[in-house]
Order: sequence, then C-alpha cells, then structure tokens
Amino acid sequence: MMEILGLLNDGLWLSLQPTNLLLIIVGVTLGLFIGAMPGLGSVNGVAILLPITFLVPPASAIIFLAAIYYGAMYGGAISSITLGIPGASTAVATTFDGRPLALKGRASLALITAAIASFIGGTVSNVLFTAFAPPLATVALSFGNPEIFALMLLAFATFVGLGGDDIPKTVFSICIGLVFAAVGYDEISGAPRLVFFDISGFLHGVNFLVLAIGVYGIGEMLWTIDSTRGKITSTDAKMSVKGIVSDAKEGMRRGWKGTAIGSFLGFFVGILPAAGATPGSLMSYGVAKMIARNPKEFGQGHPGGVAAPEAANNSASTGAMLPMLTLGIPGSPTTAILLGGMVIWGLTPGPRLFTDQSEFVWGLIGSFYVSNFFALVINVAFIPLFIWMLRMPFTILAPMIFVLSVVGGYAATQDMHDVWLMLGFGLGAFFLRKLDYPLAPAVLAIVLGPIAEPTLRQSLLLSSGDPSIFFTRAIAGPITVIAIILILLPLFKKIWTKVKSAKAETPA
Amino acid sequence: MKLTRRIALGFMFATGMMASVVTTTTPAHAWEPTKPIDFVIMAGAGGGADQIARFLQSVAEKKKLTVRPLVPNNKGGGSGAEALIALNGASDKDHSILVTLNSFFTTPIRQPNLGIDIQTFTPITMMGVDPFVLWVHKDSGIKTFEDWLAKVKADNGEYVMGGTGKGQEDSIVIAWMEKNFDVKIKYIPYKGGGAVAKDLAGQQIMASVNNPAEAKGFYESGDVVPLIAFSDERLPNLPDTRTVKELGKDFSYYNQRAVVGAPGMSDDAAAYYRDLFGKIYDTEEWQNYMKSESLEPLPMDAATQKEYWKTQVDRHTELLKAIGG
Repeated sequence: MMEILGLLNDGLWLSLQPTNLLLIIVGVTLGLFIGAMPGLGSVNGVAILLPITFLVPPASAIIFLAAIYYGAMYGGAISSITLGIPGASTAVATTFDGRPLALKGRASLALITAAIASFIGGTVSNVLFTAFAPPLATVALSFGNPEIFALMLLAFATFVGLGGDDIPKTVFSICIGLVFAAVGYDEISGAPRLVFFDISGFLHGVNFLVLAIGVYGIGEMLWTIDSTRGKITSTDAKMSVKGIVSDAKEGMRRGWKGTAIGSFLGFFVGILPAAGATPGSLMSYGVAKMIARNPKEFGQGHPGGVAAPEAANNSASTGAMLPMLTLGIPGSPTTAILLGGMVIWGLTPGPRLFTDQSEFVWGLIGSFYVSNFFALVINVAFIPLFIWMLRMPFTILAPMIFVLSVVGGYAATQDMHDVWLMLGFGLGAFFLRKLDYPLAPAVLAIVLGPIAEPTLRQSLLLSSGDPSIFFTRAIAGPITVIAIILILLPLFKKIWTKVKSAKAETPA
Repeated sequence: MKLTRRIALGFMFATGMMASVVTTTTPAHAWEPTKPIDFVIMAGAGGGADQIARFLQSVAEKKKLTVRPLVPNNKGGGSGAEALIALNGASDKDHSILVTLNSFFTTPIRQPNLGIDIQTFTPITMMGVDPFVLWVHKDSGIKTFEDWLAKVKADNGEYVMGGTGKGQEDSIVIAWMEKNFDVKIKYIPYKGGGAVAKDLAGQQIMASVNNPAEAKGFYESGDVVPLIAFSDERLPNLPDTRTVKELGKDFSYYNQRAVVGAPGMSDDAAAYYRDLFGKIYDTEEWQNYMKSESLEPLPMDAATQKEYWKTQVDRHTELLKAIGG
C-alpha cells in the first residue's frame, strides 16, 4: 500500500509539471466543448487530436488525451440539460431528468448536481483504480459471455420491473429499441441483416446517438412547439453565487444516493471490456430510480436522476482505462483509440505495462486526479454561460436545437442517411410520446441490445443450446436469478393484491 | 497462374527498385490532392486495421508527407461491405482511398448482391501481411501442437475456440484445421480480435488464432503460449514456434494490410498515392512497426497487386466453400 502511495505521489508530480498541467487545462476545456457538442463525444475528440500528440513525450500525450476524455464526460451533460439533446452518448441518461429540471427553471441545480456528481464519481473510481487495479483486472477477466448477458438482463429488469410506468408500453418501447439494435450486421454469422430496401446506410446499423438525438432533440422540440402552440416562451433561469451554494446543497441532499450508486456501479460496469460508460450510466439511472423512495419523481426532474448517470459516466471512464492498461483490451470505443495511440508511441499495452512502463502508468493515473479537479473548476466556471443561453426565447432556441441535432446526427457516422433517419426518429418519438409511451427504454435497448444479443448467442453456442448455463455458473447464476425476480415483481404484486382483495371479499 | 511468394518477393524487389528510381527523378507530382483525403477503413474503431490506418496517418502527419490530411473514416458495417460500397460510388474518386483486410476479398464473394468487382479498384500500396498464430492459455499445460491435437481429439467436439465472425479470417483458419487435422472444434464467433484475446486470457475459451499483434501483451506476460504459426517461414518474434509447413501441410494464411484506391481513380492520382504510401513504407516508423507487430513485407507493384487479388479471390472462394459460408 505504501508503495502504491509513493508511486501515485510521483505520478501526481509528473502531471503537475508545467507542460503537463497546461496540457490538462487545455485538454479539459477542449473536452468540455467537444462533449457539449451533440454528436461529438470523447471518441471524436480523442480521435481528432491523436495525431498532434506526437509533438510531446508519450506520458504527456496520454495525459492530454485523458484530460480531453474527462472534460468530454463533464461536457456531455451540458447540452443534455440545457437543450435536451444528449451531448455525448454517455450523457443520454442525463437528459431523462436534467431536461425536465431545466424546463422548471432549475437548470443551475441540474448543472451543479451534474458537476459535483461527476467529480465524486471520478474521485471514487480513481481511488478504486489506484488501490485495486491488478486484482480488478482478474475480476474483469472472469466475466465471460454468460456473465455479461446476465448483467444485461439485470439492466433491462431495472427498467421493466419497477417504477410504476405502464409495463406493456415499457416492454413495447424496449422491443422497438431491440429491433433497431439488430439492424445492420450479424456478427455471429457474419451476414448483413435488416438492411431495409437495400439502403447501404443501414449496413452500419442504427447508431444509437442517431436515435437518441432524434428522440430527445427533434422529438422534444416538436413536443415543446406543440404544447406552447407557438407562443414565445423563455425559461426563467436565474443564477447567483448564493444560488450556486444552495443548489449544490440541494443537489447533494437529493442526489447523494444516485451519486453513490453511479460512482460504484459505473466503475464496475466500466471495467468490463465491451461495456463502457454508456451502459454504466443507463444502468445506474435504472438502479437509482429503483431504490428511490418515490420512483415516480424520476423523469419529472429529480436531481438523483442527474447525479446517478453523471457520477457513473465519469466513474466508468476511469474504469474503462483499467482493462486497457492492465490487459491491453479497450473497455470503450474511446479507450480503443487511446490504445491505438499507445501502440503508435511504442508502448505495448498489456499485463506487463504496469511493471515495464511504471512512470507512464502512474503519470496517467496522477493526471486522472488532476484532470478531475480541473474539470470540476472549469465546468462550474462556465455554468453561467450555459444558463444565459437558456434564457433565450424558445423561438431562437428551437432553430439552434434543430441545427445542432442535424449536425450531431451527421457527425456520429458522417452519413446523410443518418440525418434522415434521425429526423424520422424525431417524428416517431413525438407521436409515441403523444400516445404516452416511455422512450427511455427504447434508448436503453439500442445501447444494451448489441451487447446482450451476441453474448446470449455465444453463451448458448458454448452450452450447445442449454439455457442452464446462465444459472449454473458462480457469477452468472445469482445475477440471472435477481434479474428474473425483478422482471416478475410487478406480476407478483398484481397477483398479491388480487388474492388479498379476493380474501377481503369472501366472508370469513 | 499461381504466384508463389518467392516469385512475388523477387518481383516486387525489382519493381521497388524501379519505383525508387522513378520517384527520385520526378521532383514534382502531376497531381496533388486539393482537399482532405477520405481515408476509409474497412473495420470499426480500435481494431487491427484501424490501428494500422491511424498509424499510417500519424506518420504522414509527422513527416509532413501530404499537402492535405488523411482523414480516417471507419466504415466497418456489413463486414466491410459499407466501405466497399462507399468507394465504389465515391463522388470524388481521386480523394477516396481504402485500408483493407481480407474482407476485401471475402465480402464480395459472400455478398454477391453488392455488385462489387474488386478488380475495378485501383491498387496503391501493399503495406504488409499479418500472419496468424494458434494460441492457448498457459494454464492449459499444452506446450506443443501435438499435445494440442491430442487434447482436441479427446474432447470430441467440446473443445472451445473463439474467433471473428463466420466467414472471416479466424473462422477460415480454424475450419482449415478441422478439415486437415480431422478434429471437431466448437467455434464461438466474436466481434473482434481484442475480445477474443481477452476471453482467451480469462480462459473463457481454450484457444484462438490471433495475429501476433493482438496477442502480444499476453504473450510477453507469459499468459498465452504460441503453438503453431500459419506463416511461410518462422516468425522472427516467435523463433521457436513451428509453421504448419514444417508439419508437411502446404498452407499459410495472412491478413492483407494494403491501401487501395477507388475504382476509376485517375492515373496521376494513383501515382501520387503510390509515391506517398511508398514513402511511408520506407520510414523508420513503419519498418519498426512491422517488426514489433510481426507484419511481413510483401511489396508489389500495381499489376502484381491485381494478379494477387485474383489469386486471393480464387483461394477464398475455395476456402469459403469448404466451410459452407
């Protein structure tokens, strides 16, 4: 333990050197804005800026990229809250409650809760990372396909089984998401599938950001136009130093549970290769809602609904570094690019990196702490600007949302096909919402579907078609059982109340 | 005509010399890009092909070899079909190039409705070929290929291997082994080589056929053991690992790492890109990369590349027929 602290100390000093510190501040600020731009997330930021890192030594280069990564995790929340368009894939869950809060004039509460939760999530995961990186890598390896599928089942269960939403409609929404998740390419058989009308744009599948921007950007805009009937409206958003302090207090009072769940669950999901920050934040939202005293408040503007996904996406982004550094396996698309960067710099990611390149690894870990701190400071400093944007009348905001949605839809895959698709999803979402269908489950399904489907099929191939594989394995078994209980819970409740009322009716 | 590697090697050596003479005598290019170059990658972000594309881009950037940047554009959809369609219908044929792997050959065979004829594509530069190696986990206790064969036979169809999707490189190599060593293997398809390497290290699967680059980290840490290489000669990085040729089987299998231009690219543009990637090929960075990632050189000129494509398409048609994919 003492040895680890010594190494961490060296790492912190390395990241506090003038050049590196400057790179962190520039990186975090850049990341913040990249993250806030719909369609652009940490993946794009890191990929675009990768070539310029050849001007500096490898340790500084990865510190810079890690700072962008961190900044983007904070930044994603900004447009999710202020405009209702997810700024990055990892911030989709933040729109669920962040946007309603902003519409109630509580944008500053949402933004501050997001910033603080992000900071706490980042700190918790940094400490976990520092203390337990190598043993946790073993845990990540013990998660095979059946385990990951069981985990996905659990994630779906948290959305179906609880919360008091209309269950058939929730299930229907999940099914829509699953169908779109299946479009494109079947990785098991290696054949294209559901390529509607042979349009080549469907070959790359339906990018879930396209669905999310359509649903939350365009759909939300149409909804607002419909409900205000073209009246000029603006959100009453106030901002003062005193307000910040009281918002911070309120955010933590009502969001601490969500922050705690997000910090730990996000980290854990993050370290599993193939999962990454987006599923982590969605699952944390589901669990936070599940254990809330009044789950119905979620989705109406509850700070806990902002805190959970934001704590989770920061925590998961550090977590995803773990399999990359210890095993050489990327835990998320962004870490995949970082991994490529390491190879270009002449480093071999893998089990020997911690011993062979100790200075590099600990410099990077040190930079996590420093980046996390600066991301909080810079983010809070910019909040008044974002609040100011919100005060614009909706007639000005609406065209901005539209333009940003179109740009975001295009940026995700650089294909006009996806822009049309996004507009279609926006229209569809508007009508589904009119009919009172929840749309968050569809978004969850399109994120988790591509993980759940292959792991299910790989597991069944492994067991020659025997589903007991999900129950007999030491880790998968308990998770599957809990998931099934959660899914069936509403049914039990219904039967229970029926039996009770039947008993009450029959005279004793 | 069946081209052996040796003849090809000699061929390209000569043409390579010629090419270098040509480039030193022509100071200015007849054509230069006038806007950013669409650098399409036949795979998703983070895979082996993606890594190579970004490496090439970074070298070009670092050495300031292009007047306009190469902009990586991942189009991995439909096992590379998306990338082939994009190049086939590129509106600006002179600014669209592709980084390929073997799906360049297999995808048009497996999806004939795409209407792609790779012979219409413009050959640019062969950057190298990536060999395949059979790996097992060290805890399996298996040290030789013979032990491995005995174990697979004993498991009688219950031996689990992982690899990329059906009809792709890994499944072709494994299907070849099943047929030629008379064994039955339970094959689990994965999305990419990284996921396969991880599940081998976690012993979720018993063996894999990864490229050396994909298994490097776990090999250096001693977690995985190479048993046999599907290369023509022993790999310099794995000198103790025998090749299948040493077992008397006339077989080798490589992943092509090449740069290809859009169909109908002008001759001047093609000459520009051949010069550009030839320069990148000769840099110390690329040469070191090939060495450390166990890529083998297989340079060839444009005409030879087209011949090579033809032999590869014939070969893959045959291999795919054998696995029914």
